[in-house]
Amino acid sequence: MANDRYELNKQLAQMLKGGVIMDVTTPEQARIAEAAGACAVMALERIPADIRAAGGVSRMSDPKMIRSIQDAVSIPVMAKCRIGHFMEAKILEAIEIDYIDESEVLSPADDVYHIDKTQFSVPFVCGARDLGEALRRINEGASMIRTKGEPGTGDVVQAVRHMRKMNQEIARIVSMREDELFEAAKELRVPFDLVKYVHENGRIPVVNFAAGGVATPADAALMMWLGAEGVFVGSGIFKSGDPAKRAQAIVKAVTNYQDPKMLADLSTDLGEAMVGINENEIRLIMEERGQ
Amino acid sequence: MTIAVLAVQGAFLEQEQTLDMLGVNYFEIRQRPDLSRPFDGLILPGGESTVQGKLLRELGLFDILKEKIEDGLPVLATCAGMILLAGALADDSTVHFGTMPIRVRRNAYGRQLGSFHTTANMAGIGPVPMTFIRAPYVESVDDGVDVLARVDNRIVAVRYGRQIALSFHPELDRKESTAIHETFLRMLVER
Repeated sequence: MANDRYELNKQLAQMLKGGVIMDVTTPEQARIAEAAGACAVMALERIPADIRAAGGVSRMSDPKMIRSIQDAVSIPVMAKCRIGHFMEAKILEAIEIDYIDESEVLSPADDVYHIDKTQFSVPFVCGARDLGEALRRINEGASMIRTKGEPGTGDVVQAVRHMRKMNQEIARIVSMREDELFEAAKELRVPFDLVKYVHENGRIPVVNFAAGGVATPADAALMMWLGAEGVFVGSGIFKSGDPAKRAQAIVKAVTNYQDPKMLADLSTDLGEAMVGINENEIRLIMEERGQ
Repeated sequence: MTIAVLAVQGAFLEQEQTLDMLGVNYFEIRQRPDLSRPFDGLILPGGESTVQGKLLRELGLFDILKEKIEDGLPVLATCAGMILLAGALADDSTVHFGTMPIRVRRNAYGRQLGSFHTTANMAGIGPVPMTFIRAPYVESVDDGVDVLARVDNRIVAVRYGRQIALSFHPELDRKESTAIHETFLRMLVER
């Protein structure tokens, strides 16, 4: 049964593919996101850009706020808990969240251990910067992976770096002789079976989205072109001049990322993009949380 | 024989992998020029119906596909696809293609915790594996709609003319059974 549940949770992520998951902080924003074509929303009190600005400890959102968003839309609703915070995750499960993001965007609750996600019926998505992190999270029970990128910056460079790194490492595992996989498992600090899966299938065993710093339709298309199976957009939408228009444009850009003419139209007249912060300008490096 | 797979959002790759197993030609529909290629059948994959419905319209695919379905184009629709075909939705005034006289309830089994896997009888096939992911079911059907499967007394598979709609995802269970896709492909050759 538990195994069945894990399969179903991976399969929900499969249904989200080719879609855009948007950060929302109010029921109104959730409705705008749904109307714009989001395949799911991430309910949180503050988007990453504001978490950066506010500083301090950032925690799971008030369940009341999450419930109000569950009531507002018919698409899946996700919410974030802190890395290693088993009880925040249990609370999110109790309110029947569709997906929990054990997220480096919030302040980590445990600087050594991640949540044992096999102890849950609801699915988890986790961030990763490379193949080792991705497979470690999957081994802990994550049924979906996303790149970490660097949230709340509007700078796509880290997401690109993480997606390329993961793909390069997958290609390396695929090209290995079978008797070399044992050493690879040791290097990556992951179980042999997962390395073998990657070797045989040329991919990780769960859906892999891009996240962290996506701000424009072109950014979203770039991540799809690099092999992402869908895109999370956090601060990029509701920190921009015309959120509804930008959200719709990003949704269409993900579907038709191979059509530059359409991307040109989608990039036209979108109003102001979120103000970006470069990676060398930020003090808080979220991607380093939870390795 | 060539199948067009709607590929605006969702689990279209899994449909294509099923067609690969059966050695069938297919191509993806992502934008209007794709519709100028000839095809004999259409697959509407799982995903989010709100997203698919919106993209169908905004990418200029909606009217042409609706017309083709009304003219008898064979369709296999899974999950979100069933919602696209439904003539009416419970508690929701949205209608997409509306080419099948059925009333469908979205997210009828609740949130992700309500998702499940089972095996049940499909008319003309026998027991098949069925995976329900935040699935809809059919609340009622009009005359002319054949009920192909029920699970716990809920209608989860129907056929109307050359349209087949399923609450569940045979493409996810393709390694156990491809019987439903085979049935659909047989329907394409019977005239």
